[in-house]
Amino acid sequence: MSEQPTHLSVREQNGVHVVEFSDRKILEELSISEIGEEFSSLVQDRQGIKLLVSFRNVEHLSSAALGMLITLNRQIDENDGSLKLSDIAPPIFEVFKITRLNKLFDIYDKVEDALNMF
Amino acid sequence: MTSPHAKKMAAFKVCVIPSDLKEAHRPKELVMQALRRKGFSEQDIFGIKLALEEALTNAVKHGNRNDSTKTVTVRYRVTTRQVVLVVRDEGPGFEPEQVPDCRQPDRLPLPNGRGIMLIRAYMDEVSFCDNGRELYLVKHRFGKASAHD
Repeated sequence: MSEQPTHLSVREQNGVHVVEFSDRKILEELSISEIGEEFSSLVQDRQGIKLLVSFRNVEHLSSAALGMLITLNRQIDENDGSLKLSDIAPPIFEVFKITRLNKLFDIYDKVEDALNMF
Repeated sequence: MTSPHAKKMAAFKVCVIPSDLKEAHRPKELVMQALRRKGFSEQDIFGIKLALEEALTNAVKHGNRNDSTKTVTVRYRVTTRQVVLVVRDEGPGFEPEQVPDCRQPDRLPLPNGRGIMLIRAYMDEVSFCDNGRELYLVKHRFGKASAHD
């Protein structure tokens, strides 16, 4: 029996794995590390994975969370997959802009907008 | 070495944590409660919380190298006009000027190195002393014009 992730909820839509965070605050280093492991389990051995990460429930995040996303992006790239982000609240998006990571990631307003672009 | 801010900090509240990031919630909760009591906006609280989180992570991981025998001291003072945070570790120190700019194109794909940059982005005053062991942060509630508290 496969283990259900605890920090992420995952569903498939139109061939895309859509992921939401269970935690509203992606700050604590320990949970970020666990989230990273859940993502790794999700993407490993899935060549060409299409992954959409929705930030719908996220109110806070830290630079460690950004680092986790960068690592995820690299893992997906190595698997010839595609990663998009969506539903990022303005204060969180400001963090992406300040760090210029809005240039590194493919970011959309809503899940539906992102799904159409895979 | 005595902090150059020692005289000002006499009236500050203090929270000391071990070098364990699981303990970092304590000073964060205390500061956030004080900010809300003094009427800071959620926008400011977001940035101050992020800056404090980054400062604590740096102090524990990079300053004290997760050494359980070392502590991180957070001193804080919140008024209706500003918040002052002082985060001090017991590590060997570092040179903040030597930290590369994480926004350079060749550094964007790197997973680390954004903490200080985010602190500078969200706080109005940022200064390091004692060879980088002490970080002094100020956020003015009504902008820098209200600096004279």
